[in-house]
Amino acid sequence: MKRAVLMRSLPAPAPAALPSPVLAPQMQPPAPNVASEQSLFRINAIVRHWLLQHRDQIRTLAIGAVSLALFLLSWHFLATYRVSFHVRFTNVPTPVQVFQSLARAAHNGRLLQHVVLSCRRIALGFIIATLIAVPLGLVMGRFRFARDVIFPISEVLRPIPAIAWVPMSIMLWPSNEESIVFITFIGSFFPILLNTLHGMASVDPVLVRASQSLGANEFAIFREVYFPASLPSIFTGLTVGMGVAWVSLIAAEMISGQFGIGYFTWEAYSLVQYSDIALGMICIGVLGLSSSAIIRGIGRIVMPWKTNT
Amino acid sequence: MSEQTAGVIDNIADASVASGKGRIEVSHFGLSYASAEGPIEAVADAGIVVEPGEFVSIIGPSGCGKSTLLNAVAGFLKPTRGTVRVDDEPVNRPSADRGMVFQQYSLFPWKTVRENVEFGLKMKGMERSRRESAARTLLGLAGLLAFENQYPDRLSGGMKQRVGIVRALATGPKVLLLDEPFGALDAQTRIIMQQILTNMWQRLKISVLFVTHDIDEAIFLSDRVYCMTARPGTIKAEITIPLPRPRQQSMMMSSEFLALRRGLMSLISEESLKAMSGEVNDDALQGLTIDTHGHALSEMI
Repeated sequence: MKRAVLMRSLPAPAPAALPSPVLAPQMQPPAPNVASEQSLFRINAIVRHWLLQHRDQIRTLAIGAVSLALFLLSWHFLATYRVSFHVRFTNVPTPVQVFQSLARAAHNGRLLQHVVLSCRRIALGFIIATLIAVPLGLVMGRFRFARDVIFPISEVLRPIPAIAWVPMSIMLWPSNEESIVFITFIGSFFPILLNTLHGMASVDPVLVRASQSLGANEFAIFREVYFPASLPSIFTGLTVGMGVAWVSLIAAEMISGQFGIGYFTWEAYSLVQYSDIALGMICIGVLGLSSSAIIRGIGRIVMPWKTNT
Repeated sequence: MSEQTAGVIDNIADASVASGKGRIEVSHFGLSYASAEGPIEAVADAGIVVEPGEFVSIIGPSGCGKSTLLNAVAGFLKPTRGTVRVDDEPVNRPSADRGMVFQQYSLFPWKTVRENVEFGLKMKGMERSRRESAARTLLGLAGLLAFENQYPDRLSGGMKQRVGIVRALATGPKVLLLDEPFGALDAQTRIIMQQILTNMWQRLKISVLFVTHDIDEAIFLSDRVYCMTARPGTIKAEITIPLPRPRQQSMMMSSEFLALRRGLMSLISEESLKAMSGEVNDDALQGLTIDTHGHALSEMI
């Protein structure tokens, strides 16, 4: 019994040890044979310490959960009693109905198909935008001539919303798929470019001089100083760009798509499948949330110096 | 460890005293830059020499161009007039031959302490495992090994500068240039850092050019001190510091030290006043031209 308790509580200290991964190896003396009672006491202390340390986060999490539950509850009542005071909840599906239609859609795999296709479009458009905008921003930030040439063009094109590109895009690209990917690309391109430029502008000149006095050549300065110094800004751009990419994608799919989660939502409206509308919307929300979480996660891996505080 | 240690020390020693190199010679140095009201002369006809293995400071009022002079030795600036030479080679660009420590903490925030120290070796093309062990050895010698995997943001100011000095030394430069390295530190930390630097120099015997506005610091650390005038900056005096080595903080109370301090102080305060001539006149120096005898200023008015 005691062993079982130990085993179950063993994974717990792992996150507690995480905040100070550097100090841990030096501060913990190698103690292979500690009495189990003593280690149990220590684990208990660590858990308590962890709880104390993360009190604010736990509190935030709890409040968030309650607030979400309240939101669902009010949605449920508004839809069940078909409340109508100027805003009409008459045809709005209840959360339960949405859940049922999710179960149905999950069963026949149709929804998943749409989701996968949308994700592929996002991934393609966003990755291509990143691969072009980041190097372009770095070069524009470093070389004045490049900036003077490219900046005016980007300033003219930037205010045009990605949705306004839909007709042009359909004309430009041979297939519907390519034109939708292009819209996604356009949407995320400018936020990424501008933030990369901003990052380049805010590089501390002392760091550049320090690298020069350590023997860095032009390419090394670029790779070792300008690029890492701009990374926080670049990731801000990626997060914003990802948001805009989803906005653009959904709009494009609603206008010209035959597949995709935006098309699914619009089709549900045309076919009077009201619960599918809400299902589509929730899917879009979850997808947007997860994609920005992925970017944040990558950012944390790529910039360990930012999270190690 | 000991083998590596010896290797690293050789690496540094080779470049400095062992081969008798590391001589800085600045002659008839002048630097002016353009402004809206015509060219402004920052430094005029300044000449200094740092002999191999010597510790030399430049001291002067703020804005006298002492940092400008140092930046020219580092290769960041081109002199308008005169020459800057290190070991008889003209300086025209920054190089790892001249290690530099800046007043602003200039560690790369995205590199750990060890990766910062490795940087110069990486630029030399040294392979990863060799430069890693070299950096670890150096950090160990400087008593910083425990922090090798930390990011600079987590270090104190004094610690950052210690790493900065080790980083500048890692490539085995001929000379070490320090631009008010302890200027941003609090008084207590500064004193400890001065002791560390003088001890380190005692062991390395590398040529050092040190810029500061702190008189005590200059006397405590240096073999010689150059005193610069207000803008346009030029060398006003050269003072030899005959204090015995190794230096200890207790020497700062000795009569010899205080006499040197008094001499330098009068040289500097004269120049500081001149440097602030536009802002400070005799009235301003008194703080107030009237004595309120303890009454609040608002009452007097």
